[in-house]
Amino acid sequence: MIKLFEHIGRYFMLLSKVFSRPEKMRIYRSRIWFEVEALGFNSISLTAIISAFIGAVVALQMAITLESPFIPQFMIGYSTREVMVLEFSSTVVALILAGKVGSNIASEIGTMRITEQIDALEIMGVNSASYLILPKIVATVIFFPILTLFSIIVGILGGFAIAYLTGIMLTGDYIEGLFYCFEPFSFTYALVKGAVFAFIITSISAYCGYYAKGNSLEVGRASTKAVVASSVTIMIFDLILTQIMRV
Amino acid sequence: MIRADHISKSFEGRTVLNDISVEFDTGKTNLIIGRSGSGKTVLLKSLVGLHDVDLGKIYYDDVCYTDLGFKERKAIRKDIGMIFQGGALLDSSTVRENVRLPLDLFTEMSEGEKRDRVDFCLERVRLVGADHLYPSELSGGMVKRVAIARAIVLNPRYLFCDEPNSGLDPQTSVVIDNLIHEITKEFNITTIINTHDMNSVMEIGEKIVYIHEGNKWWEGTKDDILLSDNAELNDFVFASAMAKRAKMVAK
Repeated sequence: MIKLFEHIGRYFMLLSKVFSRPEKMRIYRSRIWFEVEALGFNSISLTAIISAFIGAVVALQMAITLESPFIPQFMIGYSTREVMVLEFSSTVVALILAGKVGSNIASEIGTMRITEQIDALEIMGVNSASYLILPKIVATVIFFPILTLFSIIVGILGGFAIAYLTGIMLTGDYIEGLFYCFEPFSFTYALVKGAVFAFIITSISAYCGYYAKGNSLEVGRASTKAVVASSVTIMIFDLILTQIMRV
Repeated sequence: MIRADHISKSFEGRTVLNDISVEFDTGKTNLIIGRSGSGKTVLLKSLVGLHDVDLGKIYYDDVCYTDLGFKERKAIRKDIGMIFQGGALLDSSTVRENVRLPLDLFTEMSEGEKRDRVDFCLERVRLVGADHLYPSELSGGMVKRVAIARAIVLNPRYLFCDEPNSGLDPQTSVVIDNLIHEITKEFNITTIINTHDMNSVMEIGEKIVYIHEGNKWWEGTKDDILLSDNAELNDFVFASAMAKRAKMVAK
């Protein structure tokens, strides 16, 4: 338990270093664009594949489960939309990205730590925490909500495709369901969750990498810790945000 | 000049540096030698501020470095260049970007001035034409030379080198040694090199400090080594039978 508080304390101390005044904004801007590409654009294909299949599976499951003369067919489209918007595209995609992006960040920064690249930056007088971590946080907090929106659209299209290809329902009913009881705030809720989860994934993974010690084995351990800690924290904050922003 | 005044450092109750006092001269290549695990790297990292010492003071030209806060230290750190054992080049940046980074962060130079300065440094370490390569595409010797170029790009007053020859063949080691020695003289830098390469000691060592089990055991010049009766130093420096014979001949 004491160890946990020690980690939390060190995590917030690292964050205070990360958010201290950057040396030169111009350098940071170019690094943010670099990170948007490395952490954001490179996650598009994975997000697209998973979202399309989950959207299709959800629509298929709903069609089987809701097969009753008393339940209108458009409920399948409605349910698919709700699943994608409220939980899948923000939380599940965040969990998947915690594995991909989180381990990437932890191993990159961890390797920099054990090969003394971080020491080299410190010797130059560079605030290494801010220089390495801040652009990653800004890039993911900006890009992950876009990725969330993208996932919602692809997931819904996946459901539409399965309806069209298998004929389990009329595509018109599916589209009608997508607009049924539409609550725009649920999109705000999903985007806010995307941004918060992006911050959690990036900052926790960076923390695990930044304090890695020893050899390449430790870098591997730091990556694993990053994924586990990010995933657990995401679930806790999912609960908190859902309670706060109840749609 | 850099001076350590009675510095001690321990990790988790284990004393690694014990009451070390030593002065490193400006314009000279000062060498710290000692067995693996003797505390050389901790001493070097303490001098440079990567480790905070438990006791004692470190002075950079009469400024007490240990008493300075983060911001004041930052000002001195811009006068420090350091060459790490593995080079510590940023993997995601090219040779040119690595050398240019301190200029981007700490100077208001124009693009042209930065380009000229990087070209000068790369030329100085004889690496013209390699500026577009990434660290993974370089040989061990080239990595060290890029690290030297990056270390001198801001015209440092103090240069620290942690085992600059480790992993290099003897010929390349001599090239790196000579390069560091030339730069020290050319820019009148206080250079401190951490090494256990005896060729370096005999080639460029102007002032040598021998560290044994965390204590300063001996201090002198390379000529003094040949005549020294210090048993631990002799065991370390003249470890091989051939070296022992060479010492007897020298005596």
